[in-house]
Amino acid sequence: MLRLPSFRYLEPRTLKEALRWKSESGPESMYVAGGTDLYPNMKRRHQEPKVVISLARIRALRPKGRSRKAASGLTLAPMMTLTELVESEGIRESYPVLARAAELISTPILRNMGTLGGNLCLDTRCNYYNQSYEWRKAINFCLKKDGAICWVAPSSPRCWAVNSSDLAPVMVAIGADFLLVGPEGERTVAAADFYQNDGIDYLSKHPGEILAEIRVPPRDGWEATYWKLRRRGSFDFPVLGVAAWVRWEEQKVAEARIVLGAVASQPQPVPEAAAAIIGSRLDDEAIEEAALAAFRPSKPMDNTDFGLAWRKEMTRQFVRGALKELRSKLVE
Amino acid sequence: MDGDRAVQVSTEVRQAVAADHPGREKRVVGRAHRKVDAVAKVTGQTRFADDLFLPRMLFAKLLRSPHPHARIVKIDTRKALELEGVKAVLTGEDLPIPFGILPVSQDEHALALDKVRFVGDPVAAVAAVSEEIATQALDLIEVEYEPLEPIASPEEAIAKPEPRIHDYGDRGNFHKLIHLEFGNVEQGFAEADLVVEDCYFYQGSTHLPMEQHAAVAEWSPQGKLTLWSSTQTPHYVHRALSKVLQLPPSRIRVIACPNGGGFGGKSDPFSHEIVAAKLAMVTGRPVKITLTREEVFYCHRGRHPTLMWVKAGVKRDGSVTALHFKSLLDGGAYGSYGVASTYYTGALQTVTYQVPRYKFQGARVFTNKPPCGPKRGHGTPQPRYALEIHLDKIAERLGMDPAELRLRHLVPPHSLTANYLRVGSMGLGECIRKVVEGSGWREKFRKLPYGRGVGLACSSYICGAGLPIYWNNLPQSGVQLKLDRGGGVTVYCGSTEIGQGSDSILAYVTAEVLGIDPFDIAVVTADTDLTPVDLGSYSSRVTLMTGNAAIQAAHKARDLLASAVAQKLDVPPSRLEFAGGRVFDVQDPERGVAFAEAVQLAEAAFGTICTVGSYTPPPAAGRYRGAGVGPSPAYSYSAAVAEVEVDPETGIVRVPTIWIAHDVGQCINPVTVIGQIEGSVYMGLGEALMEEMVYRANRNLVHKIPSMLEYKSPTTLEMCDVVTYLVEDPDPSGPFGAKEVGQGPLLPVPPAIANAVYDAVGVRIDEIPITPEKVLKALKAKAKGDAGRFGPISFPEIPWPDPIRVPPPWEGGDGTAVGDKGRGAGGMRERRTRAGDYAGGEARG
Repeated sequence: MLRLPSFRYLEPRTLKEALRWKSESGPESMYVAGGTDLYPNMKRRHQEPKVVISLARIRALRPKGRSRKAASGLTLAPMMTLTELVESEGIRESYPVLARAAELISTPILRNMGTLGGNLCLDTRCNYYNQSYEWRKAINFCLKKDGAICWVAPSSPRCWAVNSSDLAPVMVAIGADFLLVGPEGERTVAAADFYQNDGIDYLSKHPGEILAEIRVPPRDGWEATYWKLRRRGSFDFPVLGVAAWVRWEEQKVAEARIVLGAVASQPQPVPEAAAAIIGSRLDDEAIEEAALAAFRPSKPMDNTDFGLAWRKEMTRQFVRGALKELRSKLVE
Repeated sequence: MDGDRAVQVSTEVRQAVAADHPGREKRVVGRAHRKVDAVAKVTGQTRFADDLFLPRMLFAKLLRSPHPHARIVKIDTRKALELEGVKAVLTGEDLPIPFGILPVSQDEHALALDKVRFVGDPVAAVAAVSEEIATQALDLIEVEYEPLEPIASPEEAIAKPEPRIHDYGDRGNFHKLIHLEFGNVEQGFAEADLVVEDCYFYQGSTHLPMEQHAAVAEWSPQGKLTLWSSTQTPHYVHRALSKVLQLPPSRIRVIACPNGGGFGGKSDPFSHEIVAAKLAMVTGRPVKITLTREEVFYCHRGRHPTLMWVKAGVKRDGSVTALHFKSLLDGGAYGSYGVASTYYTGALQTVTYQVPRYKFQGARVFTNKPPCGPKRGHGTPQPRYALEIHLDKIAERLGMDPAELRLRHLVPPHSLTANYLRVGSMGLGECIRKVVEGSGWREKFRKLPYGRGVGLACSSYICGAGLPIYWNNLPQSGVQLKLDRGGGVTVYCGSTEIGQGSDSILAYVTAEVLGIDPFDIAVVTADTDLTPVDLGSYSSRVTLMTGNAAIQAAHKARDLLASAVAQKLDVPPSRLEFAGGRVFDVQDPERGVAFAEAVQLAEAAFGTICTVGSYTPPPAAGRYRGAGVGPSPAYSYSAAVAEVEVDPETGIVRVPTIWIAHDVGQCINPVTVIGQIEGSVYMGLGEALMEEMVYRANRNLVHKIPSMLEYKSPTTLEMCDVVTYLVEDPDPSGPFGAKEVGQGPLLPVPPAIANAVYDAVGVRIDEIPITPEKVLKALKAKAKGDAGRFGPISFPEIPWPDPIRVPPPWEGGDGTAVGDKGRGAGGMRERRTRAGDYAGGEARG
């Protein structure tokens, strides 16, 4: 099988130590959380850090007993494993959409290692990029790694690798904030601003910064859901994700956000679709209008499983399905 | 429910009757037993090839071609050799002798000699003190290529005779062209009430064994080579090593390690095996090579993508008047088993339902992709898919129930088909009845609500090929038994355990004959120094052939023991029974001796007790060129009903349940039989719904997705429920009547699902895999008033050779081709030679 190359592995015990070691190790170093994304990438040699700094031993990043819940919402630790997230009773009760999205990630075994923070920082994916060194040599490499052309769109100046996180579109939809800790101090960014629509430069996080906290807003009259499309019911990354969030006031939609996953290099909000349901009671016509509005800008590229035409078409089905599910939860 | 049945069989207490009495109750055979290697497997103690570590062992890696088709201008290995830790570098010139599994297709080189033919073709090899250094060294090998125009598809191969991928083959980029006619099909079509024509496509898929191929080679100071390998065919690897390395077979020992799955993908001699051996010889140190998953995709030898055209004429009662079948196989870059695969796409259409006149045209082309070969069902799932959907369409046109149509026209048992296949026991009717009843077919077919449906399909498969790969008149399987005076028995056989349970079969049948516990039998297999030849784990031959050889050896041993014990007890040997670890007088069961004592008595009387058995299949009935593919000592039969749920908005197909009945002749171990059936259903389900070997034609013909994650194969979640029915109709040719089960039950699954999709939403998906995209396209076409169908619409023009015309048995034929009487009537050698067309050069040489 593919084996890991040799590399230096560091295990800092504090955030401070991690930040210092990172800046000392320079650009050829990377942080690692659960490793379920980075290590396979290293085996295929498309991520090649010489120094890997593990965040696993940093107590500040681990969950502290029950997740802290305050009037201002819930604070989650980035090194919480996906299994912990799925099995947390508090989260299942108050934020079922998070548990649901996490449960749809990969396989039980990988969820035991994979973390919330790792999934949110997941490297963008592309079936020209997630290939071994030998394979990529046969296409003379690609823009994202060692090459000059994006094979998905050869005339394009940018990389079109796909944001394939299941939790990212949900965080954007529910309006989460992320706390970043870096050598220059702390800052908070909205989830929507954490991601950028560029397959290479897909995070606004600087490489030296560490995602230290995930703050999700309080449950004050909103419902959200996440639908995931993939070939198989386990294991596979999404080829389309639909995160839908709706605030309900006086039997009507007061606010809404619909965010598509896996069709761009970032979770892609579709404000046109959200606008179509605001003020409605989520009646069939409004849902249909929203589904159509989401379908139009949904432009998957030919770099995941399934054909792009079918994936685009499924946007409509999935937005419709997600909104109908929300209606059934809200109109009771 | 089937688990219950197995347990029930195993716990049933049966009366012992005299050993040689016909109808003697069996004590081991037919009952559930643990596999002999089960504990080692589940506790992680089985040593696979990659688990072997020898002192001073080096690690090898292969440099593979980044071009689909190119001439090698120059290779410079100097820099790689200079890297510290590198011990040797090989290129094509070090191993210039070609090899290949079939004598007619000796078209592979361990390392490309002058040309590369697909992305992934091995070009150079490095042995180093670590895998990491070997990998680094690959990048230091400088290869200058002169790219040639790649051939991406069969259509391109037909259109472009140049550049030729190989300088042999029937013409241009055609590897093989076949044209056979059994009776006048045009006359048959003229007599038909209905003639139906259609095209089908069956996509290529790969075996995806859990274990990646690995090999370890050792060269002894005395000049003897030992190779451990995850291979299904150690005997053929032995021959290939001897040929390429120019060593006498007596100086080569091949040991097949237990395979972590094979499914046909480890049946060829491979580049990495020869390279490891050569590197061991060059360096004088043991060398290990373990392929990556991606490299396993390049070894491939999987299902041939096959385009098919079917024309069938039927009477109003559904009886076939004539069948004309064409197939076009995308062979990939090398021959492999391809000539046999091509024949197989036309061979078994005749053994299920009566076909009085039959015409087959098959073509295999070379393309610049990893080579295709034998995958579970070898060449027969593709035509079976086409034929079973075709029958479903015909049944609908005739207004007949598809189960009824099939039941009415079954091939009779113990009969000869139009293409001279000798059918023995034939349990297909019972299989159909079982699944029809079990699935509630009559209440469901064309009666379920829109979106849900059921479909039925049947199939048959060989129990071992009638002919070996290379011409010889030797047994195909040999067994030696050694009886220890302590009562232990060792079975030696060249057969290869690939997880299918072949080691266990040897223990069970031997234990049955000798009346001892299967776990008192040691099984030594797949070692060319220790075991007599068995040709390998392919073509579903192992249970039948090794089983018969083992029974023969065990009978000989039993006779020796019986003779010695009879003397001691002063009874005739025929009154002795072997059971429960004793040899006793059936008329006075208290009088007897323990099995160990029986061995001691025999050893005292006759010397060391070792016996042998061997098995040679009966000669084929056909004597025409090409008659060598299809004949088998027996044929297994399967019938399946699939139930599906189709979401008309997304096109997504789910398969909740498959009911499958399999005529296995006689279960040796019902639990492993059921395991093979469920495994076959699983693999068929994957081919039906998602598996696809796809290449990027516009990106240097790279394999699109050579990984376990992106090559989609079902997981436990996608696996359907399987309700299995075992039909036991013992075949006179099988050991205790047993027939195969490893491959046949895959075949009805894809067409049953396709037929069920039609029942559910009224669209025909005449192309595997049945993806949601295809279903949705067909549904949209239907909504627009077009044909609700997705599939190929035409079959290309192919320069077929003149047909070989063979009158079927009922038209006075004797198995020889028209105008060929004199030659065909020759002696046994001549007959076998002609039948063994694909054995080719060696056969005729």
